[in-house]
Amino acid sequence: MRYLPLTDRDRRDMLAAIGVAGIDDLFRDVPPAVRLDGPVDLPPHQGEMAVERAFAAWAGQNLSPGRAPSFLGAGAYRHHIPAIADHLIQRGEFLTAYTPYQPEVSQGTLQYLFEFQTQVALITGMEVANASMYDGATATSEAVLMAGRVTRRNRVVLSAGLHPHYREVARTNLGYLGMETVAPEPDDDGGEADLAALVDDATACVVVQNPDFFGRLHDLSALAAACQAAGALLVCAVTEVVSLGAVKAPGDMGADIVAAEGQSLGNGTGFGGPHVGLLAVRQKHLRQMPGRLVGETADADGRRGYVLTLSTREQHIRREKATSNICTNSGLCALAFNIHLTLLGERGFRHLAALNHATAAGLADRLAAVDGVTVLNDTFFNEFTVRLAKPAGAVVEALADRGILGGVPVSRLYPDRPDLADLMLVAATETVTEDDADRLCAALKEVLA
Amino acid sequence: MSAPETFTGNRGLQLEEPLTFETGDPALSAVDLPPVPEAPDRLGGLAREGEIGLPGLSEPQVMRHYLRLSQKNYAIDAGFYPLGSCTMKHNPRLNEKVARLPGLGDLHPLQPVSTVQGALAVMDACAHWLKTLTGMPAVAMSPAAGAHGELTGLMTIRAALEAAGDARAKVLVPESAHGTNPASAHFCGYGVESIPANDRGRVDLAAFKDKLGGDVAAVMLTNPNTCGLFEDEILEIAEAIHGIGGYFYCDGANFNAIVGRVRPGDLGIDCMHLNLHKTFSTPHGGGGPGSGPVVLSAPLAPFAPLPYVVHGPDGFRLVEHAADSDGRPFGRVKGFHGQFGVFVRALAYMMSMGSDGLRQVSEDAVLNANYLLAGLKDDLSPSFDGPCMHEVLFDDHFLRNTGVSTLDMAKALIDEGFHPMTMYFPLVVHGALLMEPTETESKETLDLFIATVRDLARRAKAGEADSFHAAPRLTPRRRLDETLAARKPVLRWTPPAPAADAAD
Amino acid sequence: MSDTYYTRDHEWIRVDGDIGTVGISEYAQEQLGDVVFVELPEPGKAFDQGDEAAVVESVKAASEIYAPITGAVVEANGDLDDDPSKVNADAEGDGWFFRMTVADPAELEDMMDGNAYKAYVAELDD
Repeated sequence: MRYLPLTDRDRRDMLAAIGVAGIDDLFRDVPPAVRLDGPVDLPPHQGEMAVERAFAAWAGQNLSPGRAPSFLGAGAYRHHIPAIADHLIQRGEFLTAYTPYQPEVSQGTLQYLFEFQTQVALITGMEVANASMYDGATATSEAVLMAGRVTRRNRVVLSAGLHPHYREVARTNLGYLGMETVAPEPDDDGGEADLAALVDDATACVVVQNPDFFGRLHDLSALAAACQAAGALLVCAVTEVVSLGAVKAPGDMGADIVAAEGQSLGNGTGFGGPHVGLLAVRQKHLRQMPGRLVGETADADGRRGYVLTLSTREQHIRREKATSNICTNSGLCALAFNIHLTLLGERGFRHLAALNHATAAGLADRLAAVDGVTVLNDTFFNEFTVRLAKPAGAVVEALADRGILGGVPVSRLYPDRPDLADLMLVAATETVTEDDADRLCAALKEVLA
Repeated sequence: MSAPETFTGNRGLQLEEPLTFETGDPALSAVDLPPVPEAPDRLGGLAREGEIGLPGLSEPQVMRHYLRLSQKNYAIDAGFYPLGSCTMKHNPRLNEKVARLPGLGDLHPLQPVSTVQGALAVMDACAHWLKTLTGMPAVAMSPAAGAHGELTGLMTIRAALEAAGDARAKVLVPESAHGTNPASAHFCGYGVESIPANDRGRVDLAAFKDKLGGDVAAVMLTNPNTCGLFEDEILEIAEAIHGIGGYFYCDGANFNAIVGRVRPGDLGIDCMHLNLHKTFSTPHGGGGPGSGPVVLSAPLAPFAPLPYVVHGPDGFRLVEHAADSDGRPFGRVKGFHGQFGVFVRALAYMMSMGSDGLRQVSEDAVLNANYLLAGLKDDLSPSFDGPCMHEVLFDDHFLRNTGVSTLDMAKALIDEGFHPMTMYFPLVVHGALLMEPTETESKETLDLFIATVRDLARRAKAGEADSFHAAPRLTPRRRLDETLAARKPVLRWTPPAPAADAAD
Repeated sequence: MSDTYYTRDHEWIRVDGDIGTVGISEYAQEQLGDVVFVELPEPGKAFDQGDEAAVVESVKAASEIYAPITGAVVEANGDLDDDPSKVNADAEGDGWFFRMTVADPAELEDMMDGNAYKAYVAELDD
């Protein structure tokens, strides 16, 4: 077996050195009744060729978005990832290192995380960012728990424009800590009433998303002011970080905490994971922040270096009093994010965002001209909502039959809302070509006819 | 500050590397994009203005930056990484290859399920392997890491208890537990009470039974525990917790010790997370991503969170909403469907090893750890009598009056080309040194490691404390000032002050 | 005239009139190592004897500081925010944590004086 270096002779010699007769003697603390006599009922070991063949067969049963015009978004976005990014994250020194607990032999990881923290703080318009969370949904939930600790309040307002998965994860987590959730449902076009009216002096935070789940953009300044007046925090979730290259940053509109999904940079959609959660806060709330932080310091020779710091917030020291139970996070996905954003640079990031926006705007205009399609958004970044003349779930299936991944039917996430059944989210990133748009419009004409 | 030996500060292959923010030119970009088509702006007056502050580099500059950074890291690819309770085993590259296949790596989580039947089959197959290896009837696949699995498992337990009318108030956790255990219990709304250990390093059964009452929701044990010992009274523990209507949570971080030889389901365990990034060989990636599926006993299975895969007449289906579920899911813990990319890698590993190979894994892992114990027991101080399981625990008794600490030993090992063992954990012995070799280390590696540690122990006892305090000396950086970092946190790069202000 | 009393958890309280000044002992600061942060209570906050009142952190540990007596906080040592190393440099002087009212002077009677505490610590080190 190719991953096992011990030979039978090694095993015999080692047992002799230990001073036992056989391997079973080393398992003698296991009650005999529960020791298995032989292998469990699963197939025996296989070589690379056989395993690869099995996965190729599974892959072949799926419609790869790389081989189909794809307009899927709703929290996961297909972007072009430069070849060098995937090469670099597979460097064994990055891929197969552990958490950088021994800083003298982990400066590579620590430095890229320090750069990552800086990038996240800059693009979100915040002061401090941590070294990553699992994903956008869990980062948002952590942001809410953090707001509870900062304000010592337990009422939370979740916008109807927040991704339904983010809402569900937050609601699931909050209940155990006695926190109360106010979560208005979206209107029949995905809009909602002014959230400021829901803020009171028991409110820990209001959670909004920008662009929201239906793609609309919001000026958060007034809501931020309303939160501040009531002593509540404004948490802004971002599911598409490329938008931050074109849209005013949440931090510049008064958000106190930004929780984001960083998948769009450096990471594939990967059927939903692993992705990378971003969490950025104001400096004054730093000690209530969950997750790992890398800080700058100096070594014994006075040279600049980096270490994990402020660890007393974390579970391995604070146990049940920690700010979170998180340990393993999304290190390698954070590296992919860091590399992609470094490759883009200021100019490339702005360009990528502008290209996404223009591509989506062009598509929206073309779709608006198709009979049976109404574009609902006045504002958007690279994703918008259309109302179709037929139920969106069936339309999406019909498009898939034609080899097109046409959009996400809102009913996939709101199956209990018949009034939303005709709505479809359509995303257009830089990967969408003119030909893709032609095919979508032509197919929709057929399907809606 | 000692002067650098070279003009550049570089030392041969050890190349100094500034932050990206200190290099390049904002005019540069390493990505060539098509021109932006003319279209009216739909940003509603919310266009971002001003510089963000990102640097600009070309592709060759980016390549060197990260390559140089990579060379400052130790890694399992490079050498022995005996971190206890972390299971740093070889990470097969076949896993990486199949995870990147078009049709697996690039799928969108919300594609119509008719277009992702192969992906759902992968999730189902991965679940089948995990259920069979653990002897459990159900598994929640979505948790993103071990701690997330713990929280998910406790939420499942809480849901089952609530359904029976009483969520109860507390969870019992041994003092030797990972910090994530009490933290997870807290975030599930439970109080935490410690269970003492006996002098054999296991749960003190009598003391444990004394703590059992109607307010105990669950016990959380790691088995083998973090002292590297199998809880030999585990069947009695299971019977006792079940006797008061509580549930048995097992932290599966140490499953590598028993995989293929013992099924947790046979031990009376109700709930256990599996760290796919430990036992099942997926890379740690410098701190993640992980994946922490939770296997569940029959009484807990109906309460598993959304989503999950089922097999119906028309193929595989994803149950994403409570209304579609036959059970009583307690909620959702993560966006989308879990760490699919990690499932692919773990399944590739399990299929490669097979049922026979996985049984050999635990045998070799335990053999290697006992070989370390045998080789080191005369020079170090083992905390407990052997045999151990997949990891072996020493305390710092052997360093008494040498002026050398566990930390110093760790730093000296770095100069010798090894990654240190886990230090100062578990907390139940003084100055802990916890070593986990895993099954993917050769006898030659173990022999060299044993000889090295013995040599260090002898040097410590011979009064060479000063050389230990100076270690490591051969690394890209020497010991770093963690006090400075914590007292004056600098957590991001900021542009240097304008020249006028900076002038002395 | 002021008197210093010690707890078994290594806090000290020095009473001057009806106000007590609270900190951690020289022995405690040595055990902790370099103090990097002290979380102090807000003035006005009332404690019962034994309540968690503050947290003192080193790089690798966080320890709760308990109110040695019942009373209300009148002042916290803001200097520690900027320079927590004062706790290491002068634990029983400039490194004080907070000042509080003395609700029940009888509580002081059960505490150790300097000599008794010295003996207590000596026993711990054995």
